[in-house]
Amino acid sequence: MTFRPILAACALSIGLTLPAIADDDPAIAARQGQFKLLALNFGVMGGMAQGRMEYDAEAAQTAADNLYHLTRVDQMVLWPEGTDSDSVDGTRANISIWEDLDDFVEKFGALQMAAESLQDVAGDGLDEMRAGVGALGQTCQACHEAHRDEAS
Amino acid sequence: MRRGLAISLGIVLLVIGAGLWWLSAPDPLDTDSLAWMEGDAEAGRDIFLAAGCGSCHMAPGSDVDPLLLTGGREFPSDFGTFIAPNISPDPDHGIGDWSQAEFINATMRGISPDGRHYYPAFPYTSYVRAEVQDMADLYAYMMSLPADATPSRAHDLGFPFNIRRGVGLWKALFLRDDWVITGDLTEDEERGRYLAEALSHCAECHTPRSALGALDHDQWLLGAPNPSGRGRIPAIAGEGFDWTAFDISAYLDTGFTPDFDVVGGTMAAVVNNLHKLSSSERDAIAAYILRAR
Repeated sequence: MTFRPILAACALSIGLTLPAIADDDPAIAARQGQFKLLALNFGVMGGMAQGRMEYDAEAAQTAADNLYHLTRVDQMVLWPEGTDSDSVDGTRANISIWEDLDDFVEKFGALQMAAESLQDVAGDGLDEMRAGVGALGQTCQACHEAHRDEAS
Repeated sequence: MRRGLAISLGIVLLVIGAGLWWLSAPDPLDTDSLAWMEGDAEAGRDIFLAAGCGSCHMAPGSDVDPLLLTGGREFPSDFGTFIAPNISPDPDHGIGDWSQAEFINATMRGISPDGRHYYPAFPYTSYVRAEVQDMADLYAYMMSLPADATPSRAHDLGFPFNIRRGVGLWKALFLRDDWVITGDLTEDEERGRYLAEALSHCAECHTPRSALGALDHDQWLLGAPNPSGRGRIPAIAGEGFDWTAFDISAYLDTGFTPDFDVVGGTMAAVVNNLHKLSSSERDAIAAYILRAR
């Protein structure tokens, strides 16, 4: 009889001290999936830009088209409050995203613009695509530098 | 009898104290030999980039000028929070009135112009292996950068770490100027070792530290907790690290991992610097990293 309140207290204190498990929130899985898709398509062109594989105009254009559309996914549902790395496990999304949302939105906007520019040139030749790849990479880096934690 | 004991104890303590005081004394380089050296500012730019001075000493926040070394970035640690000082050539708040010899003693020995120890958050622990000529070049370059009059802020450290003299004991125990990776090295690996171990100080973040803050040479580059925040600084050697020389060199140039994730965090500034060096320098670092594995 007496240990039920103790158990309850334990459960409560665990609940208070441990962050929630990130997998509980589908938004986190969804945005991580989005970034995996971005990397996969970016990698097709990045691999060509670095000479890991031969430039192929058609494959580059397809990847660039994908990137364009991926960056048009509405971000509103992917970043609910309370899904930062201070609040939950399993995410590298720093609280600064929510604390300085304007900056995050601006940096995501830069990615969207770079994806559009890359889409315009990806099929035009290796040098044209390479410049676009570099510019898009810069937008990724700017946001990762400001708003992404180290991996654990 | 009891009085005799007290006196002997007093003498023993005095001797120990004197010994510690002697051990903890700053041990500067010979100033006369440093004064005559001619620095080449243009060569110093590459040293500045490889040594990553700006990564810690530029103003806080992103999108700031990496050549305006106002200081102010905070580096939390187990010992308290270190705050990077102003090292722009401002004569009052920066290093503008430092002589070349004073500068070299700061970077290679961790000693300030007024003879005090710097904390090893400042990686003189790596720069101790640098060529003196490179430091003279670096001095010439840094004196050509824009000045800024932002005052430096004091570190926020708890007792006993706030006693600077104690850093002298730490140096006596841990400051060493020999190479960590030894043996038969190719020319490229040797150049890479110079860049990685003396200038770019990769190990200062990528190697775990003991309770006293000394790098664990047995776990060289095997990754470490991130002292300034969440997550870990990744391993760049050991079992799980399977990057090729091409992968490493490309990453240091573009920030793209082999999976085309893109660099972030504190490494972004490192890539921004190394990207500006010649590709042979990045290839050399890659050769060293693979040799260190």
